[in-house]
Amino acid sequence: MTDQAIMPVPTEALDTQGAIDWLKDKYPEAVQDDTRQGYGGVVVDRSQLTKIAHAIRDDLGYDYLSSATAVDYLGISDHIEMVYHAYRTAGGPPLVFKAQTPRENAEIPSVVSVWPGADFQEREAYDLFGIQFSGHPNLKRILLWEGFDGHPMRKDWQEAYYEEEHKPFESRWPKGWVRRAEELNVFGKNVRYPADLDLSRLTDVSEDSLYKGMGLGVDVQEIVQEGEHIKTDRLIVNMGPHHPSTHGVFRMIAELDGETIEALEPVMGYLHRNHEKIGERNAWLMNIPFTDRLDYISSMGNNMGYVQAVEKLLAQGARYTPPTYRAEVIRVLMVELTRIVNHLWAIGFLLNDLGAFFTPALYAIAEREKVLDFFEATAGSRMMCNYMRFQGVAKDLPERIHSTAVTVNDKVRDYNTMEFLTELINERLPRSIDELDHFLTESEIIKTRAMGVGILPPEMAIAYSAAGPLLRASNVPYDVRRAEPYSIYPELDFDVCVRPNGDVYDRYLIRLDEMRESVRILKQVLQRLEATHGEDIFSGNKAIYMPRVPVGESYGRVENPKGELGFYCVSEGDPKGPQNPWRYHVRAPSFINLTPLGVMCKGHKVADVVVILGSIDIVLGETDR
Amino acid sequence: MSTLDLRELHDTEFPVPADMQNNVAITSLSKIYNWSRRSSLWPMLFGLACCAIEMIATAASRYDFSRFGMEVMRGSPRQSDLMIVSGTVTKKMVVPIVRLYNQMPEPKYVMAMGACASGGGPFKEGYNVVSGIDQYVPVDVYVPGCPPTPQALMYGLISLQKKFDGESLANLDDVPWYGVGPSDAVPIPVLGPDIIDPRQAELIRQQAMLAAQGLPFGRRELPAVAVPQPAVAPVEEKPAIAAASTETAEEIDPEKAARLAKREAALARKRAAKAAAEGNEG
Ligand code: SF4
Repeated sequence: MTDQAIMPVPTEALDTQGAIDWLKDKYPEAVQDDTRQGYGGVVVDRSQLTKIAHAIRDDLGYDYLSSATAVDYLGISDHIEMVYHAYRTAGGPPLVFKAQTPRENAEIPSVVSVWPGADFQEREAYDLFGIQFSGHPNLKRILLWEGFDGHPMRKDWQEAYYEEEHKPFESRWPKGWVRRAEELNVFGKNVRYPADLDLSRLTDVSEDSLYKGMGLGVDVQEIVQEGEHIKTDRLIVNMGPHHPSTHGVFRMIAELDGETIEALEPVMGYLHRNHEKIGERNAWLMNIPFTDRLDYISSMGNNMGYVQAVEKLLAQGARYTPPTYRAEVIRVLMVELTRIVNHLWAIGFLLNDLGAFFTPALYAIAEREKVLDFFEATAGSRMMCNYMRFQGVAKDLPERIHSTAVTVNDKVRDYNTMEFLTELINERLPRSIDELDHFLTESEIIKTRAMGVGILPPEMAIAYSAAGPLLRASNVPYDVRRAEPYSIYPELDFDVCVRPNGDVYDRYLIRLDEMRESVRILKQVLQRLEATHGEDIFSGNKAIYMPRVPVGESYGRVENPKGELGFYCVSEGDPKGPQNPWRYHVRAPSFINLTPLGVMCKGHKVADVVVILGSIDIVLGETDR
Repeated sequence: MSTLDLRELHDTEFPVPADMQNNVAITSLSKIYNWSRRSSLWPMLFGLACCAIEMIATAASRYDFSRFGMEVMRGSPRQSDLMIVSGTVTKKMVVPIVRLYNQMPEPKYVMAMGACASGGGPFKEGYNVVSGIDQYVPVDVYVPGCPPTPQALMYGLISLQKKFDGESLANLDDVPWYGVGPSDAVPIPVLGPDIIDPRQAELIRQQAMLAAQGLPFGRRELPAVAVPQPAVAPVEEKPAIAAASTETAEEIDPEKAARLAKREAALARKRAAKAAAEGNEG
């Protein structure tokens, strides 16, 4: 870097605007401000993307690529755009940069060489938008199967049950009648074939492509010659999608040398339920219940991420009022309870993967029922809470909690809400955490199986965009609640947990730590709940839950139990017209945390794979979306 | 271990002396056969999506479906009697599901747990979502909900047990697995440009031929439906309600007519409020 000598301030210390100016100064022909209304960041000439990405990482210090996603601006400016959000692990706001490509023969250089964490995200953009990433080491479909017709997230791609661009559809109730989608399809199924379907070649090629490059078809003889005296063949082992330890419908293909993993590749998409495509048809408000179904163990956290992203957009409009204080307090209460539930669940099922089949899990999830009772009493549903709203929450806490379960022979289950919460937070949850700690932490078996297994060094964790407990167990004290604070977290007293070793055991320990921190937060929240009793939980006019969303983009992220959950939303078009997101992207921690799985497993035994996977704590609803 | 109440098994007129009823039961073969099956139903350990979490909660200590003899969840289809399809079935996943189903030994049962498995649920319109597992494998019990509460799932399982109770060994339709030869496997779908159900190969071929002539591939244009036009203003609405209630009053019993009228009135109020709100906004 020749002109570094002229720079007065060290470049790693520049603020966002300074960084943008520095970039424009350095690459005047390749970097432009994004001047569209409601947008921010810079647009980078795609031919120089890799070079500039290097500069952003190395010179400006944005070492953590949070999200990389595509947007199809068909009919607006007729190009496809990749949007990158890069952060500094020291904290602070993002540097947003974009690269544009024409829709025909869309091609953008890959940034995997700069941030390996972009690997799966670029594959997803290739799969769903058809962007070729030159220089990507392993560019193939990730959520759909090889051979699928088209790239479904493009705006001109219509699914089999396509009705209209916007919801609510004309055929739905208020206008009078409902027509079932399958009636329009001759096959009576959700299928759609290309017009030039070649019936003579209807073979399933999706499997072959998965094993490509995994050494299948290697001549066994050759290997025997190569190896000196031990005759070992390489073996390809497929795990999943139906496997008790893959936490759902996840699949891995491993290449083994004896019992040792040589290479491992995750295969996903078995629960790809088109969240984003459906989300772009939905009105903004309709997406809240859908976010529940992302990470279905911590639905409240997902709600929070989405409403915050949309509130950022709304804040650019005139009629927006931020959520009331009590609403924020209730949100944090819900989110932290969710975090505890999630970590209890994660530890229980990690133990499952370690071979302690279900008994620890039973203990771990016992308290979960208590929390779910509270959710049910408040939001109306145990798991799919659909509770938060833009500018507030849907309902205030109830005065009393009735559990619907076991009412016949257990008449005692009727509590005052505050008493219930006080007992839960001050006694039950800490007791349950201590209990797990007491039985598990010092267990010889757990230590032997977990210590030194699946190590992820800090530099690698950052490079691979790992998030949440996975990142913090690798000695990187990065927590969105502190790095880019939101809601009432700035006034709460808690520590960012961090563990030094980055192995499975530390990932187990950090979950215990985080639960304890959550309890600490919850105790402070309790006081605030009492102090704000009776105050408003919704700012603005309740009759209009859905205000007009101004044009622009926003990226909202929260520290979800599984890691950093981000929502990238774009609002476009007629402010008086239909109100649905133009782009609605979920930066799913479970998905991106899987990027380093192959690296972490390499060199370990097959039995360790399930443990490493369990320690990442994925949930398939979010991985595949 | 729960104690077995032998009286549950009695299925005959033949009297058993009262003091022996705890030790002796006289029953029919069908009865004891069904009783054994219903009390040791082994579900497959198989979770697809969010509903699976509630399934696990049902298996856990608070709800505990081992009370009904179902706690042995098997990882292998070859050891299980019941497949609980607990979650969204995607096109990519339906291939392994059909395979798993074919591997289960008979008698085998399928439960569609939740809105997704029953009919596509909230994600029905998605391009990778199958509108219900019953498009590929036969389903015995549907449990509605999103997700069904553990209570609902349990009710579904009990319903399945009731289904067993009604079956008779004497009737080959009830126990087809004792018929001649193995029963047919469900053809495994193929992942082509979209998912292809081999049972529809002929239909697809026909459609492809039509498509070659320039007709739309697989889309059917429905005859226009007579759309009931919602009235715009509440003023026009009132006579309509009156007419509806007088018309129906003759044929239907008055109670139902009153209910109908009430509903119509509520709808009209709603529309009026909406029209008013829109007027204000605009
Ligand atoms: S029915 Fe609802 S809870 Fe069940 S899998 Fe579908 S979306 Fe999830």
